[in-house]
Amino acid sequence: MESIIPILEFKKTCVSYTKQTMAVKYVSAAIERNTITAIMGPSGCGKSTLLRAANLMHNLYPNITVTGEILLNGENILSMEPIEVRRKIGMVFQRPTPFPTMSIYDNVLSGFTLNGIRLPKEEKDITVERCLKSVSLWDEVKDVLNKKGTFLSGGQQQRLCIARALAMKPNVLLMDEPTSALDPVATKHIEELLLELQKEVTILIVTHNMGQAMRISSRSMFMYLGELAEYGDTATMFSSPSDERTKSYLTGKMG
Amino acid sequence: MNDKLYKILLFASALIIPLVCGGVIYALFTDAYEAFQHFGFLKFLTSSDWSYTQGDEQYGALPFISGTLMTTLLAIIFCIPFSLSVAFFTGEYFRGTKIATVLGTVTDLLAGIPSIIYGLWGFYTLRPIIMSLNISPQGSGVLTASVMLAIMIIPYVSSLSSEFIKMVPKDLKEGAYSLGATRAEVVRKIIFPVAGSGIFSSYVLAIGRALGETMTVTMLIGNTNNIPDSITSTGNSMASIIANQFGEASDLRLSSLIAIGLILFLITAIINMIGKMMIKRARIS
Repeated sequence: MESIIPILEFKKTCVSYTKQTMAVKYVSAAIERNTITAIMGPSGCGKSTLLRAANLMHNLYPNITVTGEILLNGENILSMEPIEVRRKIGMVFQRPTPFPTMSIYDNVLSGFTLNGIRLPKEEKDITVERCLKSVSLWDEVKDVLNKKGTFLSGGQQQRLCIARALAMKPNVLLMDEPTSALDPVATKHIEELLLELQKEVTILIVTHNMGQAMRISSRSMFMYLGELAEYGDTATMFSSPSDERTKSYLTGKMG
Repeated sequence: MNDKLYKILLFASALIIPLVCGGVIYALFTDAYEAFQHFGFLKFLTSSDWSYTQGDEQYGALPFISGTLMTTLLAIIFCIPFSLSVAFFTGEYFRGTKIATVLGTVTDLLAGIPSIIYGLWGFYTLRPIIMSLNISPQGSGVLTASVMLAIMIIPYVSSLSSEFIKMVPKDLKEGAYSLGATRAEVVRKIIFPVAGSGIFSSYVLAIGRALGETMTVTMLIGNTNNIPDSITSTGNSMASIIANQFGEASDLRLSSLIAIGLILFLITAIINMIGKMMIKRARIS
């Protein structure tokens, strides 16, 4: 079963902020399990909007409507409870957002505490260690777990946010330009991490950076003015794009 | 040349503020000195006598200090549930909607109503209600004054707290939602802790206001010079005793009133300073 049904599938997904304009227009795409899929495109093309539709972030804003279907393991999330969906589909944002009033330890467990789930102390310790190790932050922070997460560097904060999302054991991890606020070294670190993480979680990443898409993703989407212009293997797309718009973007004729 | 003149003019006008402030403190000190010297500073603070029989004058500030502290404390307690609700209503739950805008405008309007109006309303509307509820026979007293004070500071606290709630970054809230938190959980576990120090400081500033509020309290507290023995009994606050008696007072009694004014000034200044410092810290973090 698992191999036949895609883990996440957009079916004629549309997102509109106002009645007149659509930010995402009839996007249909199936995301493959345990891959990194990059969403590329110029600013304002709807990549973040599409990504945010996948964990019902748009539900927070009454003026935004999402239509069509988005299937998680074959089930339409648009008719599911947002809380359930968001526990299965994690998200990492552009700017690192560790909760400033919580320690590093509590930040990793914030998904549980926010949902009112109480874990025994032992399980907490195991979860914190597992998650921080999987984002290779454990060695750097294991002695300062009770310090505030905001004392860490930008790259460390972003890895803490990834750890926080992983603690909920999501099926899919959505990432909205997670390295655009970071320096090159921290970016490289996160990229290596994502390549490692795709073994346990399917990653959908919005990126402005074509080099990044090429380095880490196996599949790529190219969006233009709200439409999905092209979707395919990253290597193929970069070597021989089939869509004119993709071609002019990748060759730098269009920004 | 022109630039220099401009600077001198600016400096001179800016200098007026510390001069006025220093002048006020100096006048308070010199005029209060007679009372402190006659009774002793500590004795003055802790004595509850207030009698102006010629030849055996006894003045102590304790009834008024306790009246002020009681009304202020009660007012803050009454104000907390309402101001928090309004703050979260306009700052989070209905933020940006028409109803929140209307509510915000009305709140600001309430904050601008002169205290004599609140006093009149309290005297002719609230006092009869308290009498008809059989809470106290005369209607006026610490409770009545506190309720009115609470109504006066609610708009002030809620609009200030609402600003702090709005300052919680959107990223942080979305981060919490993305982990599957509900609205109530985001409010309780993210917004409240993050905005907490700011919200708290708005209460500290409100305390500063409530301490010095004169007109409303004078009209409603009952004006008896005793330590209130319950929240329904009458009393006087530091501000209200001064407002009530300064016109007919002279010599030692006037000096005692001014001494009470000095104490009120010091308490209010300290509370305000703490509040401002906390707001600064809340903004930085």
